Amino acid sequence: MLQFAKWKTTLVALVVAAGIVFVLPNFFPRDSVEKWPGWLPNQQINLGLDLQGGSHLLLEVDVDSVIRERLESLESEVRRALRSDRINYRGIGLEQNGVRVRLTNPDQREDAVRILRGLSQPIVTNAFLAVGARDLDVQVDDEGIARLRLTDEAITERRRAAVEQSIEIVRRRIDETGTREPSIQRQGDDRILVQLPGVDDPDRIKRLLGQTARLTFQLVDLDARPGGRPPPGSVVLPADPRSSSHQTEYIVRREVIISGENLINASTTFDQQSGGPAVSFRFDAAGGRRFGQVTTDNVGRPFAIVLDGKVISAPNIRQPILGGSGIISGGFSVQEANDLSLLLRAGALPAPLNILEERSVGPGLGADSVAAGELASIIAFLAVMVFMVMAYGMFGLVANVALLVNMILIGGGLSLLQATLTLPGIAGVVLTIGMAVDANVLIFERIREEVRTGKTPIAAIDAGYSRALTTIIDANVTTLIAAVLLFQFGSGPVKGFAVTLAFGIASSMFTAITLTRLIVISWMRWRRPTALPI
Amino acid sequence: MAWRLRLVPEKTRVPFMQMRKAAFGLSGILAVLSIVLLVILGLNFGIDFRGGTLIQVKTTGPANISVMRDAVGSLQLGDLALQEFGEPDEVLIRVERQAGDSAEQLGAVEVIKRALEEVIEGDIEYRRVEFVGPQVSGELVRAGALALGLALAAMLVYIWFRFEWQFSVGAVTALVHDVILTFGFFAITGLEFNLSIVAAILTIVGYSMNDTVVVYDRVRENLRKFKKTDLKELIDLSINDTLSRTTLTSVTTMLALVALVVVGGPVIAGFVLAMIWGVVIGTYSSIFVAAPVLLYLGVRREAFDKKTDEDAGDATPA
Repeated sequence: MLQFAKWKTTLVALVVAAGIVFVLPNFFPRDSVEKWPGWLPNQQINLGLDLQGGSHLLLEVDVDSVIRERLESLESEVRRALRSDRINYRGIGLEQNGVRVRLTNPDQREDAVRILRGLSQPIVTNAFLAVGARDLDVQVDDEGIARLRLTDEAITERRRAAVEQSIEIVRRRIDETGTREPSIQRQGDDRILVQLPGVDDPDRIKRLLGQTARLTFQLVDLDARPGGRPPPGSVVLPADPRSSSHQTEYIVRREVIISGENLINASTTFDQQSGGPAVSFRFDAAGGRRFGQVTTDNVGRPFAIVLDGKVISAPNIRQPILGGSGIISGGFSVQEANDLSLLLRAGALPAPLNILEERSVGPGLGADSVAAGELASIIAFLAVMVFMVMAYGMFGLVANVALLVNMILIGGGLSLLQATLTLPGIAGVVLTIGMAVDANVLIFERIREEVRTGKTPIAAIDAGYSRALTTIIDANVTTLIAAVLLFQFGSGPVKGFAVTLAFGIASSMFTAITLTRLIVISWMRWRRPTALPI
Repeated sequence: MAWRLRLVPEKTRVPFMQMRKAAFGLSGILAVLSIVLLVILGLNFGIDFRGGTLIQVKTTGPANISVMRDAVGSLQLGDLALQEFGEPDEVLIRVERQAGDSAEQLGAVEVIKRALEEVIEGDIEYRRVEFVGPQVSGELVRAGALALGLALAAMLVYIWFRFEWQFSVGAVTALVHDVILTFGFFAITGLEFNLSIVAAILTIVGYSMNDTVVVYDRVRENLRKFKKTDLKELIDLSINDTLSRTTLTSVTTMLALVALVVVGGPVIAGFVLAMIWGVVIGTYSSIFVAAPVLLYLGVRREAFDKKTDEDAGDATPA
């Protein structure tokens, strides 16, 4: 009866030793742990953003706007193509995922379809997909209405590309701010989860991510009458609030001379005339050439520097700008100039980003939460230990050893799996302290019952452990079900709670069934008691 | 034998099943009351479920909440709530969801910060800023409801699989009872109902289930042991057998929870209060809801015959 298989003893010893080894790095400062030799485990428990401070941002890429833009440019391509081939048409317009145009001359239908099909572009995905898939489907019905629709594959592909490119730009912008260890992940179809540990100014990050930062250089239309309707090919744009000019709107040629894509560098500088902060930029070779040519042709006329549809400034071209560089001045503060040059360096987003969720915790609150959690854990730990000794005497001490080992295993497990500890997670640990003794309580109560039926100590202990086993398993599996569902459906901090709860249940079952049994049996072999002190 | 703390006498014979009518009455009244309160008062939903913005600030020295309320109130941001949070120098500001796109919401945070900085002397520490958009709050509601529903369903199936269908109906009735009463608790106290409360409810469900299973397990064992004993007497016996354990585990869990509510800080206070309530009603419902349901539904005793127990037949109820 007092047998405890050797392999079980070894297993218990190994698990406990592993727990100690993996929990150990948490008791040393991080920078000293990093210098440990490679064969030692050096992973510490990850603290969630609610404990170490930081920002959690859930962004949504406005992918519909990418599709809308493609359709709008398709509409003007259709117009231009039909016009240049002298195809008669009327009533051109956008519809769901496509462009529709009425062909007025039935004889031209075949030509028109050929021309319109020519507007389609190959879908560029990876090499494994069917080569030659085009993004447009062109149909003409009996009444001469031609419909160009973006194919489903094309839409999927554009959306995918927009999200991926957005992630890249978000990453570049955040890297430029010098945030350490940011985590930027795609979530679902069109969402980006950004986690920034230790960031102290989340508002700045939000401002930086909230701008598309599409920069264009366009000529100002001097022929248009201010205040009137802009001529075709021109558009009225409002002035940016940061603009130092008193003009509130500009009439600007639609044609983009050059865009931010051709920028290779941007940095903050000071405007020599006004002395205020400004942003200097450099074009790549192709951009520099084009800019030089346009400025040569338009000396004496103003051009507009447009950011996200608003005119920042509209300087006069005093002489051809051939060096491929220039400055943007406006009524910037230093911070604004810094931010703008950062945005220009990182590049424009393919689509606007919406912030769906933000959770930012300052470092002060995080530290307070850690301290409160530690204190609560220690108090709970001591209270439960004292209570267990009062209730079960020596057996209570055994349960307390198991409780301590439980804490070590939870800590070691969290470190090993690099799970994240959150504030609700600490609550889960404390709750586990209270609930972990349950398995032992079940066993001890059972042993007491067996003693009362007149069994010998050895028989009582044996029966106590084996009978309590099914109860322990049934009772804990149900709690485990709750923990798994919490992990599946919970977000952030709640997930952290589910993790510690699940760890706590698993380790308390393990220690109750194996460790305390081993201790009790060893004690019995040593003392050979005639009555159990329970 | 050495002295032991005994919360429950060694041998109890409490006639729990005789109290079942009174207990059902009490549970019924509490459940109806909870639903009525839920309808009349509703829940004080946090921004997780309602959408909106939350800002927790810490001021140097005690915060002047009325001045802060006036300053933020003058911004016309709609429904606004300010409350002291844990300490006299900490204030929680909640603003309802702003109309318009996410730029409006983010604008609201900056506008509030500026307004506060104008009226408050000394440094302001922004301890926490949370914003939840309408899309996300809708998803969180759905995910929470789904998790709760799935938890109940999974436990129903597990208990059915391990016991008999009567047990699983009894256990889930007790769980539904616990969940309704917890909602009632939140309706009447007006404590904020947020994501962590959903976690608390799921944990309560787990805890209550744990308690119920311990009693059921003993019922199953006694069914095999005492084949002739009347079911009512047998259930009473099983509850009394496990009463000491039920009490001890509730006490140790409570010790831990009280430690958390006293020193754990205001952020998790709501979660812990929900848990404390849950431990009380979870323990109650295992004895007074889950067990009596078994009595009403009856148990097919043959179902437990096929598995023989070493003690079968050689014992009589104590």
